[in-house]
This record gives sequence, structure tokens and C-alpha cells, in this order.
Amino acid sequence: MQPQSHAFKDNVRTALADANLQRALDRFKGGFAVKRKIVADKLPEFEALRDEAKGIKDHVLANLDLYLERYEAKVVETGGTVHWARTPAEARAIITDICRSVDAKTVTKGKSMVAEEIALNDHLEAAGIRPIETDLGEYIIQLRKEIPSHIIAPAIHLNKEDVAKAFREAHTHRDPARPLDDGGVLVGEARAELRERYLAADVGITGANFLIAETGSSIIVTNEGNGDLTQILPKVHIVLATIEKVVPTLEDVSTILRLLARSATGQEFSVYTTLSTGPRRDADLDGPGQYHVVLLDNGRSGMLGTEFQDMLRCIRCAACINHCPVYAAVGGHAYGWVYPGPMGSVLTPSLVGVREAGHLPNASTFCGKCESVCPMKIPLPKMMRHLREREFEGALSPPATRFGLSVWGFFARRPALYRAATGLAMRMLGWAGRREGRFRSLPLAGGWTSVRDMPAPQGRTFQAIWAERRRG
Amino acid sequence: MTDARSQILGLVRRARGERADAAAVDARLAARRPNLIPARAQLPHAEQVALFLKMAAEAACTVERVAADADVPEALATYLAAQNLPAEVRIAPSLAGLPWDRRPTLTVRPGKADPADAVSVTGAFAGVAETGTLMMLSGPEHPTTLNFLPDTHVVVIRASQVVGTYEDGWARLRAGPGTMPRTVNFITGPSRTADIEMTLYMGAHGPRRLHVILVDSDPS
Ligand code: SF4
Repeated sequence: MQPQSHAFKDNVRTALADANLQRALDRFKGGFAVKRKIVADKLPEFEALRDEAKGIKDHVLANLDLYLERYEAKVVETGGTVHWARTPAEARAIITDICRSVDAKTVTKGKSMVAEEIALNDHLEAAGIRPIETDLGEYIIQLRKEIPSHIIAPAIHLNKEDVAKAFREAHTHRDPARPLDDGGVLVGEARAELRERYLAADVGITGANFLIAETGSSIIVTNEGNGDLTQILPKVHIVLATIEKVVPTLEDVSTILRLLARSATGQEFSVYTTLSTGPRRDADLDGPGQYHVVLLDNGRSGMLGTEFQDMLRCIRCAACINHCPVYAAVGGHAYGWVYPGPMGSVLTPSLVGVREAGHLPNASTFCGKCESVCPMKIPLPKMMRHLREREFEGALSPPATRFGLSVWGFFARRPALYRAATGLAMRMLGWAGRREGRFRSLPLAGGWTSVRDMPAPQGRTFQAIWAERRRG
Repeated sequence: MTDARSQILGLVRRARGERADAAAVDARLAARRPNLIPARAQLPHAEQVALFLKMAAEAACTVERVAADADVPEALATYLAAQNLPAEVRIAPSLAGLPWDRRPTLTVRPGKADPADAVSVTGAFAGVAETGTLMMLSGPEHPTTLNFLPDTHVVVIRASQVVGTYEDGWARLRAGPGTMPRTVNFITGPSRTADIEMTLYMGAHGPRRLHVILVDSDPS
């Protein structure tokens, strides 16, 4: 989809006023975060594994071209095909061509954030190929024509009444009077609907959590098993992955897998971790006859060697999102594109530009929780600060902010003047607010006082009190 | 597309500068050195087996333990009856040699899964103790559809197949079959989803039930 991140401020206002969304977000708060803590505490090596995982990915990124070449050679050796795509348009064209080559009418899809990034479904439909999402959350939002609001729980913004409504509208061959108020019944109905789709699909498309250079394998991790039925039943399996997904060996991926499920859903291990290597072998009784990997760059190579390279270690576990107070307040759609929360606030401006998404890095309280739970030790707050700098340098921040900062900068460079000016200001504010002890509104601070009162200062600055104490 | 390939690799190469070291990369790929291994599963074998069963049960598998191959048909028939399931099962060809005729009421048909199959019975390549995970390799003896299509999946695994860690599983794969099969499935419990209101429901797309029969002795 076209990024809508420039509208972040409006989106936030809408989200905060949306009672249904807030009901769904109340359920979300704490859910994943509590479970993550429990399983992380059960593994004494968890912290040490984070350092190892970071080391593995840093090594890969420093040698990425070599690993990509070795990975590609292994895919070819095991009978698969690798396609390279610089842009979303190239990736979509490659996938459409493969689908056409087998006369595909329908394709099933495992959950893939990269497919969302390149808006694959819209383009397949335009080419007369029907894409069917098979992850339950993705299936629901596909019916509702929405984008995911969370990278591992795409329909987390919905309540079960919303799901029931979507199913009634889509599954018109079923009894309109059937009861759909139980979550288990909804899961059962989706299972039955999708079963037929798996069996009928000509092509299955999945993403990849990892690509392994040693063996030429791609890995998907799911709890539902949808990604597996998607890839073993049709004639053709297409893997869509971005170039930073490579890891060296099976040993290396095992280390990172120990962190993934624990950080994501708080499970010891996800239900299905599947390694796919090439097409079915001659003697096999099932499996796809063709195996294609589409390797997409779409801005990743441009992050290498910059202050945003660390972001390429991301394994899309969503821990940063699950612990983010801003996300918990506004949900994922407010971020305006497919990657929400702290990881999105760094990734989206890096991929689509600060001009479109410059608001996102401002959507942080800098509480630091995201970095502290990130299994790959990505310094998310530091990168958001870099992006704020870019926004400022690019003259993209609002004039009032720029004016305020330049006034502050003038005084901050002149300490004597700064002390005199702030001392005067504190005395005046302290005097003006002496009766109520707080201000209901203040000139130039409407954004602050519209939602809370400003406490009145006591009449002296911190620096003055500090200096007095030191003299003691 | 060669164009896209060389351009992407060129951009990557330029970004990383001169540091890359092809010899180090190849050495790392050849050495396949394990990283930090959690202490949890570094145990005597008998304790690994116990840990495997405990972790599998925590992942919502049902587990039982029998002494020998000869006990498997009985265990399977009893399990199916208790779950009210039909006594007709699709088995992985690798299990065709078990003494199924000890329970004449059981109908076993080897092959890949048919969408109508309610129950599949397969072996496993290994059981990983650290998380109670089953490791399955695809091949003519174990079609992958058996792991996903039926509502109920029963797995017969020997105690000697239980290993401590994922790395131990890879070591066995390299020492045994030697090459990667088309599909390696690590399976930890039955299929589930929490996509509706964060409530956990079993049987999203794959099996609703995963039953593990652990056989203590190896065939003589
Ligand atoms: S930034 Fe870290 S915590 Fe966030 S999704 Fe990526 S790996 Fe997970």
C-alpha cells in the first residue's frame, strides 16, 4: 500500500477516540510482554544468547554479498531458482510471471510482511490471479481490506464481533442464521473454508524468517501450520525474502531461533519451524515441483554502512512493539504503513523516506523498553534520535518547533544569559501560578495544556537550587 | 535479471567497504561450529528423554511410553478409542514394518495424506529435549502432508532418537542422511492460533491433537 505515515498525527487522534480499537488494545496490553518475561526467565542463557545472535548478524552484514552468493549457489545446487529484485515492481513482476507460467488461478499465501510491503495482493488481483491469505489474522484483514496492525498478530485491533461480521459477509454460501459469537466457532469456520483453498491452489507463496547460506534453505516459523499447507500442496512454492535474511549455518539459525519465539509470543518454541530446501525430490510422494526464491532489496542495501545498518539485524519478533507504550495507546494502523511500533518508526522512514514518515520517530517517549527487550540488541531509541536529526536538518519539522529550538539554542550557547533568562522566567511563572499551583493553559504551550495542567514552578530554577546546595 | 543481481551485489559490496574476508566466510560455513548451548538439555540420556516428554506435554502434546514395538498397535488402538476416533489410520511407509496385525481391528494404509484422512501415524527423525520438539524429515518414507492434513497426528518415536538440542539433531542429520531433504519440520505441540482476541484455540490449520508414543527399546 501507499504509506500514509505523514498523517500520523491525525491517525493518532482517530485511534484514541475509537472505542472498539481501545477495547482491543486493552486486551493486548501485557499479553505478550508477560509471557515473554516468564519464558526468558526460564532460560538462564537468554541474555548471553542475545549477544551471540547480534554477533552472528553483524558478521553476516559485514560480509553480506559473500553470504548472498553462497546462499544462491546452494539454492541452485538443490534444484531451486533465485530471482533478484531491486524494487517492489520487479519483485511483483517476477512473481506474476511465475504464476502465469503455470496458469495459476489462485495462490495461497503464508503470512509475509515483505508481501505487505510490496502490496503483492493488489497486483496479483490486477493480473487476474486470486491471492488467498491463510494465516487466520491475515485472512480476516484481507476480507476487511485492511493492512496488518501488528507484525505477528495482524488482526489484533479487532474484536470477535468484527470477525463474525466479516465472515458473514464473505461466506455467503453458509447459513446466514448460524451463531458466530464463539471464537472457537470462528476458527473452525476459517479452517474449513481455507482447507478447500489449500487443495485448489496452483501456487503457494510464503515469506522467510531466515535463509541459510550453508544449505540454501528458507525457514518459516508459524503456530497455525498454514505456511506449511501453503507450500506443500501446490505445484509451485515461491519464497519472498529480503536480502538481509541470510544467516550462515544451521547452528547459527538454531541460536537465533532460541530467541525468536520467546521474544515474540513468549513460547519456548513456535509450533512449526520449517526448513524448505529446493523442490520435491524424485522419490517424494508430496511437496512442490518447483521452488523459487525472490530476493528483494527495496532499500536494504542503502541502509548498510549507515547509522541504520543495525536495523537490518531485526528478526521481526515484535517484542519492541509488544512493550511500546505508544503502540499500546494508538495501535498499529496509526503508523500508516505495514511496520508499526518502534521497529516501524525506524524502518519506515529508512525505507520510504523521512519526508513521508518523519513523524514516526517522534512517536516515542524514549522509555528505552524496546531496546531492552530487543533480542537482536538493536539500539532503536538511538536510531530514532538520528532520524529526528534528519527531520530537523531537512527542515521538515514544523516552523513553531524550529523557532522554539532556535531560541533555546541561542540561550543554551550563552550560559550566563541562559541562567538569567530562566531565573527570571521561573520567578514570573511561580508568581503567576502561586494561587492554584498549576496552569490550565499557557501561551505557546497549548499542545501541552490541552490534555493536562502544567504545574507552576516554585519560583527558582534547578540550577539555582543546585548551586546553592553545592555551596552548602 | 542478471542486471538486478549484479546491481544489488554491487551496492552491498560498496557499502561494506574492504573488510570482507571470503576465506573467513568459507571457513565459518565449513566449520559449522555450535554457538552457546543452553545447559538445560546437557544431561545424561535418560534425563533427556524425561525432559523431552515433559516439554512436549507442556506444548500441549499428549504423551505415553511403551516398552517395545509390539506394544504400539495396542497403544494406538486404545488412544483412538478413548478419543472416539475411527480405527482407520494413514501411516508413514516407514512404519509399515510394525506388527500392526496384533490389533486386527486397526486398518493401516501407508502413503501420503489424503484430505479425508482423520488420523495419521508417523515416526520422527529425532526428538529434541530442550523444547519437546519433534524433528521430521520429508522423503518417500515420510510424506510431509501426514504432518499437517489430518486432524490427529500420532508420532511413534524411540527413546534412542531423543537428543538434547537442535544442534544435536543437525549433527545426526549430517551423520545419517547427509543431505537436506526437501522439508525439515520441527513440530512442538498441535496447531494453534491466538489471532482472535488473543485467546488460544487449538487446531488452526494443522492437527488439533498431537499424540506421542515413546518406545523405550530399539528393535532387536
Ligand atoms: S527491532 Fe528487535 S524487538 Fe523489534 S521486531 Fe526487530 S528484532 Fe524484534
